Amino acid sequence: MFAAQDRSFDRGDTELKFDFKKFFFRKPKNELEGSENEQPAKEEPKSSDAAIPEKLAEKCEGCGQIVLADEFKANYGVCPKCGHYRKIDARARIEMCLDEFEELFSEEESGNILDFPGYTEKLEQLRAKTGEKDGAVCGVGMLGGVKTAVFSMDYRFTMGSMGHTVGEKITKIFEYATENRLPVVGFVLSGGARMQEGIISLMQMAKTSAAVAKHGEAGLLYISVLTDPTTGGVSASFAFEADIIMAEKGALIGFAGPRVIEQTIRQKLPEGFQRAEFIEQKGFADLIVERREMKEKLAALLKLHCGEVIA
Amino acid sequence: MSAYEIVLKSREKGRPTAVKYISNIVEGFIELHGDRRFADDRAIVAGVGYIEGMPVTVIGIEKGDDTNDKIAHNFGCAHPEGYRKAVRLMKEAEKFRRPVLCFVDTSGAYCGIGAEERGQSEAIAMSILDMIRLKTPTLSVIIGEGGSGGALGLCAADEVWITETSTYSVISPEGCASILWKDSSRVAEASECLKMTADDLIALGAVERVIPEDGFSEGFYRKLKADVAETFRKLKKIPADTLVENRYRRFRKF
Repeated sequence: MFAAQDRSFDRGDTELKFDFKKFFFRKPKNELEGSENEQPAKEEPKSSDAAIPEKLAEKCEGCGQIVLADEFKANYGVCPKCGHYRKIDARARIEMCLDEFEELFSEEESGNILDFPGYTEKLEQLRAKTGEKDGAVCGVGMLGGVKTAVFSMDYRFTMGSMGHTVGEKITKIFEYATENRLPVVGFVLSGGARMQEGIISLMQMAKTSAAVAKHGEAGLLYISVLTDPTTGGVSASFAFEADIIMAEKGALIGFAGPRVIEQTIRQKLPEGFQRAEFIEQKGFADLIVERREMKEKLAALLKLHCGEVIA
Repeated sequence: MSAYEIVLKSREKGRPTAVKYISNIVEGFIELHGDRRFADDRAIVAGVGYIEGMPVTVIGIEKGDDTNDKIAHNFGCAHPEGYRKAVRLMKEAEKFRRPVLCFVDTSGAYCGIGAEERGQSEAIAMSILDMIRLKTPTLSVIIGEGGSGGALGLCAADEVWITETSTYSVISPEGCASILWKDSSRVAEASECLKMTADDLIALGAVERVIPEDGFSEGFYRKLKADVAETFRKLKKIPADTLVENRYRRFRKF
C-alpha cells in the first residue's frame, strides 16, 4: 500500500518532486508569530517549471559564515560550522525519518471560517508560496521497520499555527491509527493557535486531545517530537499528551512565547530559558535528540514498544 | 451592545466572580486545596458541596474582589498547580460519580518564569485530556472572560454555557490587534472579528446556552441553580461510556 518513492536525502535526483535545495535556501523565521507579521508575500509563479535561481552557498543564520548548499543538505539542515539548526519543512522532516510514506487526508482544506478580514488572501498567498494547502502533512509509513502513522507540521504556514485544517488532519491521523492499531509519531512545530479562526482554532485543541485520548486508551503508542518552536495552543494540547516526548536539541518549547513573558514580568529571561535542555531539566521532556540521530532514536523506541516480542 | 462593549463588560469591576456564584448556588461548600505536587493555586477555588441536594464538585477560576483579594488570587491567572488541582479533584469526582461544575473567568493562564518551569503547557494539555474523557457529567459556565487555553483547560465539558456579557476567545482582542495588525488601537475591530461574544459562540456551536444576566439578581442565581441541577440530573442518567462518546462528538464537530 505504500507509494514506492525513494526520497532519500542523499539522492541528487533533480526530478524529485520534493526539492531540498529549494527548502534549504528559504529564509527561516525564528520569531513565534513572525510569520503573521511579515509583509504580504509577492505573487510568485506557482508552476514548478518556473526557473528557480539556485545558489551554491548561503550564509548561516547562526554564525554568519558561508556554507555550501551540499554541506547543509548532507548535514540535515544543521550548520556544519556552528551547529545551528535550520527549520525544515513538514515533508523534509518525514523524508528524514521515514523509509516509506503514503500521504493521507491531503484533500483537507478549509476556508475563511469566520470571514476574518484579509485571511482569505493570506491563505491564498501561503498556498501559492508553499504548494501546501495548510500547515500539516499526515500519512502512514515505515519507520525502522515499524508501520507508523505520522503527522508533521510546517513552519512555512504561519509558523505551524493550528486552525481547522491542521486540527482536522491531526485528529484524523489519530483516528486512523486507533482504527488500524498503529503507533503515532508526531513532529510538532507550532507558534500556537491560528487567531484568524478564533474559537474554531481553540476548539482544535480539545478535538485533537480527545483523539489522542482515544488512541491512548486503545493501548497504542504516541511519540511527540517537539521541534523549534513548540508553543501556545499546540504545546498546551497534543504536544504534551504523548507517551514519550522527544525534544529536538535547542528547540524553543513553552506555553507563552519569551517576548510575551518578558512583557508580562518586565525582566529579561535567563539564557537557555524554554529551550529543549531546560524542558528536559525541568522534567517535561523524556529525551533530547539531535537531528541526525532522530530517525535512529525513533526507530529504537518504536521497535521496543511495537516490535515482535521474543518470549 | 458592540462586541467591544461586551469585552469591557466581561472585565468590569464589581462583576460577580466565581466565589459569588459558588456561595449563591452551592450549599455546604467545603473548599479543598492543593495539587499534592507543588502548591495550592488560589487562582482556582475548588471543592465539594450540594446543588438541590445533589453532591457536586465545583471548580472556579477566581479573579478576586478588591485589590488585595485580586493579588491573592493572581487576578484569575492560574499556574500549572491550579490545573493540576482541578484535575485531581475531577478524578476524585469521577471516583464517586459526582458531577463537576466549572466556573470560568480568566484572561488566560499565567505566563511567567515559574509557570513555564513547572510546565504550564503540560498542565493545561493534561487538564483538557483528562477532562474530555472524564466518566462523570461535566458542565462549564463562562462567567466573565474565557481566555484561550487557560479557559479551555476547564471547558472540555459535556456542555458549556456562557452568561450574556461574557466572552470566549482564542486570544484577547488586544493581543490579536497588536500581533496581526501591529496596532493595539484596533481592539474594537478585533473584538468583532474574533466572534467572541455569546451570540457568535451560540451560532458557531461553541456553547450550548446563553444565560441572561438579569442584573445578577437573586433570581439569576436561583434560575441558574435550577438549570444546573436539571442538566446534571439529565446527564447522570446517561451511562458513563455514552457520556464520554457524546463529549467526543461534541468536540469532534469543530
